[in-house]
Amino acid sequence: MAAVNLRRSDAFKKNLPRFFQYLVLIIVVLVVLVPIVVLIFGALKTRGEMYSRPYTIPIPPHWENFRAILGQSTFWTMLRNSLIVMLASTAGVLVICSLAAFVFARMQFKGKDLAFNFLTLGLMFPITVAIMPEYLVIRQMHLTNTLLAVILIQTAFGLSGNILILRGFFLSIPVELQDAASIDGCSAFDFFWRILLPLARPALSAVAALTMIVSWNDLLTPLVFIDRETLWTLPLGTMQFQGQYGTDLNMVAAFVTLSALPTVIFYLFAERQIVAGLTAGALKG
Amino acid sequence: MNIAQVSRDDLKLPRRNRSPRRVQDYVTITLFLLPAFILFLVFLVYPIFRSVYYSTFNWNGLGPAVNFVGLDNFKQILSDNIFMTAVGNCLLIVLFSLTLQLPLSLALAIMVGRDLPGRAFFRAIFFMPYVLSEVITAIIWLGLFNPDPERGLINAILVLIPGVQAQGFLGDTKVVLLCVFVVLTWKYFGLHMLLYLAGLQNIPREIEEAALIDGANQWQMIRHITIPLLGSTIRTTIYLSVLGSLTQFNLIWIMTKGGPVNASESMATYMYRFGFIRFWLGYGSAVALVMLLICLVFSIGYLRLVRQPDYLGGI
Repeated sequence: MAAVNLRRSDAFKKNLPRFFQYLVLIIVVLVVLVPIVVLIFGALKTRGEMYSRPYTIPIPPHWENFRAILGQSTFWTMLRNSLIVMLASTAGVLVICSLAAFVFARMQFKGKDLAFNFLTLGLMFPITVAIMPEYLVIRQMHLTNTLLAVILIQTAFGLSGNILILRGFFLSIPVELQDAASIDGCSAFDFFWRILLPLARPALSAVAALTMIVSWNDLLTPLVFIDRETLWTLPLGTMQFQGQYGTDLNMVAAFVTLSALPTVIFYLFAERQIVAGLTAGALKG
Repeated sequence: MNIAQVSRDDLKLPRRNRSPRRVQDYVTITLFLLPAFILFLVFLVYPIFRSVYYSTFNWNGLGPAVNFVGLDNFKQILSDNIFMTAVGNCLLIVLFSLTLQLPLSLALAIMVGRDLPGRAFFRAIFFMPYVLSEVITAIIWLGLFNPDPERGLINAILVLIPGVQAQGFLGDTKVVLLCVFVVLTWKYFGLHMLLYLAGLQNIPREIEEAALIDGANQWQMIRHITIPLLGSTIRTTIYLSVLGSLTQFNLIWIMTKGGPVNASESMATYMYRFGFIRFWLGYGSAVALVMLLICLVFSIGYLRLVRQPDYLGGI
């Protein structure tokens, strides 16, 4: 009996810190989730409800807000623009970075370190710092008010980090593999195309997932380069919608919820890739 | 890795003559690097030189820049109190991030640890705000910070506490920067926690167990084993956090436009205000260059100081 009691108090002592651990973590979970839940609640209310009871559970839920937004073409246009920009800059980053990363990981030439250090200089300043210089050049090229401008800038700023990630991954693939291929008469390009890229699929999908998130959420580039409403991307459009309909809080909430939806769905499916991309970029180099 | 190096060097020997294979290699190298170099030169290097040129003009973007003013733009920036407020605000955010946000993320990462039941759930939830765009984050928090307790959730909770008044939050010059920092923390602590979790994964469990067997308590183990072994991850998060704090734009612009009375102005909102809203392109260029210089000085200095050979190819 005593032994059982002892064991029980031991278990209690052992579990007490764990209890506090969970308590703290659950409080943080609430702090993260409550703002998002309040937003979704707001999206399901009428304007009157939003003003009288702003953060209660919407009973019954009013789906009209969503219907109203999805019934207009503006939301779909923004969605399309965001998709075009995201797919194009992700494709650009994938192709250009894997080519360059392959050279840095697998080929020998004079000035390699210099070239590599030069191409990774972009890590030292975020796009915010360079947006004014970019604007001057995009204007000079008569590319303002085009999605191409946004794509080019996003791709250019995606280079440094992703070359670093992919080079790290390519370096981890045994050199013997290339030597063997080379003895079998495989050219550098064949090796890259037929052997390395298929092997690098996990790294490529991590880079793709991360680039997609960054592009999808980018506000500053479209804000600076695009005035024309038909070219707005989702973040830019969401910001403008908030400015324009700021008093229709339920509509703003519905709009924001809808514009967050693609990201959240994507996150649920690609969490592993996003996490892999971030940790590879920040930790391994 | 050593064996690999040797065999690569050996293979290089017979190729040193200009065999067709070697020529082919050079063609491959050139073609593969060309796209990256072109994009980089056209959209990163050239724009900066272009800005250096325009920063010496008083230019509103209409017609060619003719009103050459030398270094006057820079003098004006450095003597502008608003810019100095912006620099001060950015430094405050840096300070808060390093002393509050990163330790919080680290503590949470250690709590979640390697094998807490529910680890994947906590990680997924904590990381979610990072995935949402800054636009969405800002609009959500604009609502929460509403000064009217009937509208804003935070004030509604605050007034429940006896003796506590509803706060102005984003409209109050004294607390607005703190509010911005709360939102920044909400959005970014998950990212830092994720990086720490990945770093924890690389620490051999045996080392920590050995310390515990040797009589170290939990806290001593964390203090003397876990945190030192997370060193390179911590250095990376400091780097990312400082650079992000120095260049913060989106959240501030949407929530406060740098106001009220410049109380939440950051260098980037200052640059946007003068460069793009007033459209003083010359002056805006000069501001951008000052920011760029600050970032570069920090980056190069920091990377040299902590000497992290993994990062940036050892610059």
